Amino acid sequence: MELTGAQILMRAFKEEGVDTIFGYPGGAVLDFYDELSRTDFKHILVRHEQGAVHAADGYARASGKVGVCLVTSGPGATNTVTGIASANMDSIPLVVVTGQVPSALIGNDAFQEVDIVGITRPCTKHNYLVKNIKDLARIVKEAFYIARSGRPGPVLIDIPKDVANSKAIYDAPDTISLRSYNPTYEPNLRQLQKVIELIKNSRKPIIFAGGGIILSRASDALIEFSHRTKIPVTASLMGLGAFPGTDPLWLGMPGMHGTFRANMSIGEADLMIAAGVRFDDRVTGKVQEFAKHAEIVHIDIDPTSIHKNIPVAVPVVGDCKITLTHLNNLIHKVKLGDLDEIRKPWLEKIRKWKETTPLKYIQNGLIKPQFVVEKIYELTKGEAIITTEVGQNQMWAAQYYHFDKPNHFISSGGLGCMGFGLPAAIGAQVACPTKTVIDIAGDGSIQMNSQEFATAVQFNLPVKIAILNNGFLGMVRQWQELFYKKNYSWTNMNFAPDFVKLAEAYGAVGLRATQSSEVEPVIREALSIPRPVIMDFRVEQEENVYPMVPSGAAITNMILV
Amino acid sequence: MTEKKHIFSILVDNQPGVLSRIAGLFSGRGYNIESLCVAETIDPAISRITMVTMGDTQIIEQIKKQLFKLINVIKVYDLTDERSIQRELILIKVSAKANHRAEILRIVDIFRAKVVDVGSDHYTIEVTGTEDKIDAIITLLKPMGIKNITRSGRIALLREPKQ
Ligand SMILES: Cc1ncc(C[n+]2csc(CCOP(=O)(O)OP(=O)(O)O)c2C)c(N)n1
Ligand SMILES: [Mg+2]
Repeated sequence: MELTGAQILMRAFKEEGVDTIFGYPGGAVLDFYDELSRTDFKHILVRHEQGAVHAADGYARASGKVGVCLVTSGPGATNTVTGIASANMDSIPLVVVTGQVPSALIGNDAFQEVDIVGITRPCTKHNYLVKNIKDLARIVKEAFYIARSGRPGPVLIDIPKDVANSKAIYDAPDTISLRSYNPTYEPNLRQLQKVIELIKNSRKPIIFAGGGIILSRASDALIEFSHRTKIPVTASLMGLGAFPGTDPLWLGMPGMHGTFRANMSIGEADLMIAAGVRFDDRVTGKVQEFAKHAEIVHIDIDPTSIHKNIPVAVPVVGDCKITLTHLNNLIHKVKLGDLDEIRKPWLEKIRKWKETTPLKYIQNGLIKPQFVVEKIYELTKGEAIITTEVGQNQMWAAQYYHFDKPNHFISSGGLGCMGFGLPAAIGAQVACPTKTVIDIAGDGSIQMNSQEFATAVQFNLPVKIAILNNGFLGMVRQWQELFYKKNYSWTNMNFAPDFVKLAEAYGAVGLRATQSSEVEPVIREALSIPRPVIMDFRVEQEENVYPMVPSGAAITNMILV
Repeated sequence: MTEKKHIFSILVDNQPGVLSRIAGLFSGRGYNIESLCVAETIDPAISRITMVTMGDTQIIEQIKKQLFKLINVIKVYDLTDERSIQRELILIKVSAKANHRAEILRIVDIFRAKVVDVGSDHYTIEVTGTEDKIDAIITLLKPMGIKNITRSGRIALLREPKQ
């Protein structure tokens, strides 16, 4: 039986196990929306297409599934670009379907025509323009396969209107096999043997885990590996939750706002086993100084990540979970000696670093943003899904909420995209309806996508937004304070809406805390309300995120409180 | 680290947009393309891109991996240090005054080049060969007055091992 292009798309979604679509209609996708109304997909109508992509991103990270978006041509398509770029940097699997003007008009500067395939070529894992309806079913299947396999990422499919409303037989292959795309999952076992030897000979080993651990669901394997070898673990922003934040072998996050002990450990380590990381400059600081005494083992499914920023001694191309599982099996068979005894001096040293120079802030009667995050941690028992905006709020969330499980910290890491947190929280809440989902936000960032409050309210998604309201574009102000002689050029926002009233205007609940004693009651109340809530915490305005490594310095060169 | 010219032979899906993906990769990452030549292979579904680029070993390594990461790229061969046959084709329009004509024809002969067009005051010469050979003939013809040049960019194929 012949199906319309719109029917083919819906059927292909069904076959890929899609349950939710984040989208926004328009002329070029009328046929899809018409068909959508006859399906049982959950459709979340966002208020801006950027919100749709971030929401799909949050959904993907919380659920481990592919996030799906549907938007119209032209402005609908261009509005997705920031969201796609963020997902691409963080390797999040998405399929973004954009409508396109009819094939016959492409290239004519038709109404609402943009070359979205051209625009998104450098910020997608792959993209397609569907020229022939006969290819549609196969392309959608390929898109999902590419999005979730190997190093995941966003895939865009641009579908002209005539493809949506013409007819063809549904024709998709049973399995996808692409001669030009074959990710390497199985590591080279000889390389792993070298890793074991390095572990045997190391006196100061550390593990550096990243988002790849979460994407490949390798947390359990990582925990086993660390516990068996008694090697302490640090994890990048993207890797938070990959290893329990309450484990005695946890070092905290490394890098620009990393913990003292994580950065010092990297500086002194003689062996670094890095898995699922890409050695971002915010982590490495001055690359020549980074882990300069260490032999580095780098496990990653993407060969381009290896040797890109940091020269490594033992490259291992493979899936993190499969590789760590192999390593765990190998470790079983070798004698590592009395590890308690062997690791004692190293772990003792780390313990001292933690003791002498912990993460800290100074209470002074005003609401400290770190205190707010600590209280949120305490009152949610560390079990909430936390999304963040970008800036100081993001770093304090990363430092003071101790993530014990993967898929619980959702933040725009690589792109650092303000306006991410609220729509991502909406997506995460859709994926996990019974979980507490909190966006730890800044007063600047929240205004970048605050229109999505409407989405949260309309779909009864009880997300909580905790605005660490410092009246500043705080992170930029911090750099101006420290490196531009306190010249606060345009970082003082001077005006913001009344966030409590804003919440109320949307039919949500708004709460405010202006002094420390109100923080806990406000959080308690917010958590007890089964609806969206905005909490406006009037925090100390010029608080800084510490430790801080100045841009381009060695990461052991930290400015402390 | 020292920079070196590399010649890549890249097999790709013969589809619109693929060249743009490759060009975009180079511009987006600040790599340089010195020459580029694209044509269908014997299999019409596959095109071969022959590309000359510059970089130190680390950059060349990245280029290779980044190219291979593109979904439409099937294979990437670095022919630089391999036994390969490399050729470039060039058309040179050189001014040919009466007193130079004999000299030019002698040079053409020595280089096994061909005169493909003759005018009252010019010759157009076709030469194929390695880059060295082509550079050499350009140097010799320069004094006569070169009016125009077009070069195809390098193409290359791996040599089969000798039996
Ligand atoms: C879309 C976007 N524009 C600009 C920036 C640059 N930037 C990084 S942090 C920041 C300040 C964010 O202010 P706010 O949301 O109030 O967070 P705070 O640092 O005060 O916690 C800015 C402007 C960015 N990261 N993203
Ligand atoms: Mg702020």
